[in-house]
Amino acid sequence: MMQRINDAQVHPILEIRDLVIESQGRPKGKRLVDNISLSLRPGEVLGLIGESGAGKSTIGLAAMGYARDGMKITGGQVLFDGVDLLSLPDRQRRPYRGARVAYVAQSAAAAFNPAHKLIDQYVEAAVVHGVLSDAQAREEAVALYEELGLPNPETFGNRYPHQVSGGQLQRAMVATAMACRPEVLIFDEPTTALDVTTQIEVLAAIRKTIRDHHTAALYITHDLAVVAQVADRIMVLRQGEMVEEGDTRRLLEQPEQTYTRDLLSVRNLHKKESAPDDTVLSIRGVCAEYHRGTQVLKDVSVDVEKGRTVAVVGESGSGKSTLARVVTGLLPPTEGSISLHGETLSPRLRERDRKTLQRLQMIYQLPDTALNPRQKIRDIIGRPLQFYHGMQGAALEKRLRQLVDMTELGTDFLDRWPAQLSGGQKQRVGIARALAAEPDLIICDEVTSALDQLVGEQILNLLLSLQRDLGMSYLFITHDLGTVDAIADHVVVMRKGQVVEQGAKSTVFAPPYESYTRLLLDSVPEMDPAWLDHVLADATPQG
Amino acid sequence: MMISEKPSTTTDGHLAGHDARPSVGRKFTRAVIQAPLSAQIALLVVMFYLFVIVFAPLLAPYGEAAVVGDAYAPWGGEFWLGTDSLGRDILSRMIYAARNTVGITFIATVLAFVIGSSLGMVAAVTGGWVDQTLSRLVDILMAIPLLIFALLLLMIFGGSVISLVLIIASLESTRVFRLTRAVAMDVAVMEYVEAARLRGENMLWIVRREILPNILAPLTAEFGLRFCFIFLLVSSLSFLGLGLQPPTASWGAMVRENVMLITFGSITPLLPAAAIAILTIAVNLIVDWFLNKTSGFSK
Repeated sequence: MMQRINDAQVHPILEIRDLVIESQGRPKGKRLVDNISLSLRPGEVLGLIGESGAGKSTIGLAAMGYARDGMKITGGQVLFDGVDLLSLPDRQRRPYRGARVAYVAQSAAAAFNPAHKLIDQYVEAAVVHGVLSDAQAREEAVALYEELGLPNPETFGNRYPHQVSGGQLQRAMVATAMACRPEVLIFDEPTTALDVTTQIEVLAAIRKTIRDHHTAALYITHDLAVVAQVADRIMVLRQGEMVEEGDTRRLLEQPEQTYTRDLLSVRNLHKKESAPDDTVLSIRGVCAEYHRGTQVLKDVSVDVEKGRTVAVVGESGSGKSTLARVVTGLLPPTEGSISLHGETLSPRLRERDRKTLQRLQMIYQLPDTALNPRQKIRDIIGRPLQFYHGMQGAALEKRLRQLVDMTELGTDFLDRWPAQLSGGQKQRVGIARALAAEPDLIICDEVTSALDQLVGEQILNLLLSLQRDLGMSYLFITHDLGTVDAIADHVVVMRKGQVVEQGAKSTVFAPPYESYTRLLLDSVPEMDPAWLDHVLADATPQG
Repeated sequence: MMISEKPSTTTDGHLAGHDARPSVGRKFTRAVIQAPLSAQIALLVVMFYLFVIVFAPLLAPYGEAAVVGDAYAPWGGEFWLGTDSLGRDILSRMIYAARNTVGITFIATVLAFVIGSSLGMVAAVTGGWVDQTLSRLVDILMAIPLLIFALLLLMIFGGSVISLVLIIASLESTRVFRLTRAVAMDVAVMEYVEAARLRGENMLWIVRREILPNILAPLTAEFGLRFCFIFLLVSSLSFLGLGLQPPTASWGAMVRENVMLITFGSITPLLPAAAIAILTIAVNLIVDWFLNKTSGFSK
């Protein structure tokens, strides 16, 4: 099943030779893609994997003979069916794009035009390229929608993009890309923005469709476990250079390069549970609503003890971030109470005094928007020191140095601007800012989900060591179960604003499972090429 | 720690370790040298105007309102640009008018920005009924044509310099309010503003330290444009006789006072008009250059 094509005689449909892509803006001439060669035979799936800045999306677009603004293809060839796309003038390149090689983007919501029906956008490509007539295209669309497991395939296309769910939209996008029956499909992180349970559906649909139509594909992702499910071969990239390439199973079982091994071991962080101690934060029977009548939290009770981490897990829309807003006072609850060290907090932020605010700090998901771009790191971390503790002069400077030290940044960072920092470094500044207040509890809202996996793991390690040294307590909000395993003592599983299950990590993540917890656990891709087959096989008898 | 983090250079081109930042003066000099020719010329023009404004009493051969000769003396000789209907030296009046017109415009623009941008930021940060009340009030004021409204108010309150400045500033501040509120709202939803709120910072801090530095670029550009609009408004009002009152010299009024010379083939009335036009264009060119620079479209 894995190796459908072993015949080396087959002529590659897409071949990239010694591709070099350089940046045009500042810094000019930096190599974003450095001497990459790859070949793709008909029906074969090649996974491109790497962290941000690895050049994987740039290669994906270059396979269509396209370079984004600010980049230029300066060397190499892109041979599509023997024709070098790069040597063609733009006009002759156009018949290839969309017709013979098509692109599926990460965000289907941004790729579809919200003002047109899905089927009209499907038909457009086929008709423009003169492949099919309008009526034929509409007929085929229905067939493809059915193949992709979309509900009511006959009428599905009459909906507008906002009327279908994220997973359905992503599948509709795959259908649209398939409209001209391209020989090569380029998938750029097609499941990254989806919840784990939705990811499975989309992944299975993608795999089935490209197999049935014998389409070759470049599958770009940062998640090795995902790519293991679809790819025949995997190429690992780092900073524009190839690290290693190999057959999927071989690469997963016997990686040759250290970097690949690091990527593979990334999910092996595991925290041992610690015993419960004094309760720091206590959330009792909290209900909340945004607009009158739409309840987003129903009777939520959670306790966080000193020196422990409580992970709140759930898919988007489960109310986990709303819970954080309620705890911080940004959204007053309609019922229930929140207390810190036994002291009941005012439901409204405005009514809380400085001492209370100081004891509750927050770290955000997106380090880019969490730091003011017009303040130096010194001012960002220094402000809570002045504001809460009245520090000035030498004492302030000393504490600043301690904080950047604790977050493993180094004192030279103090005089930098946020724009000069990488994502992981910015997140460290966010942690230092929270620590500066000397809080009792830190709320971490998806703090690693915007970061690359290896960087995210370093941030988790930092949070763990701070917990050991300072006895810090965390309320950790995440959708990623790997992160939960890495950091949590106690797990709260949420769905549609309610707590489905909660308990010690060892109880929640061990049989007997609550059914929704089981679904979540089963949906996390594993580094095993046969994983998706097992999951689908298990799911069929019930569904 | 397996992989050390490398500072990102992909998105913004800033390199970490870029610590030695050049002084503001040197940065400005470098920016001017690299600026397009149009902006360089515009800067020269503005500097010339500033020079005239500062040294007006030294440059002007005669007093602002002194009657020094016959009415309508021709160009050349004792009076370089001739005299007006009362026998006052036109060149001297042109020079003093620069002081009056540009000065009043500048004060009115600054005042409009102080009022408009502070209220705009308060509306954006506070939201709720404060925002609603201020925004609807501004909507009502903006629904009335500006020039007509200004004329009406000047009729009511009289044409003193103070009322002229206050009326223009308050009417123009509605435009500034709109822009400030819109750009400040984009910033107010950022997580660093939420972090400041959760820290317990008061509104003044949030507006001054978190929001203002991030909207300074669009506001500066707007300042230049708004200056042009107010400049034209002040001139129009003077031309209509409701701006600066005689014998104070102003370019708008000078066009009107000397307009009949056109029938005799003299271009004298066009001189103050040209002074208005050239300054407006120059300020616009500088704003264009600045906008290009801050939005990153310059090479």
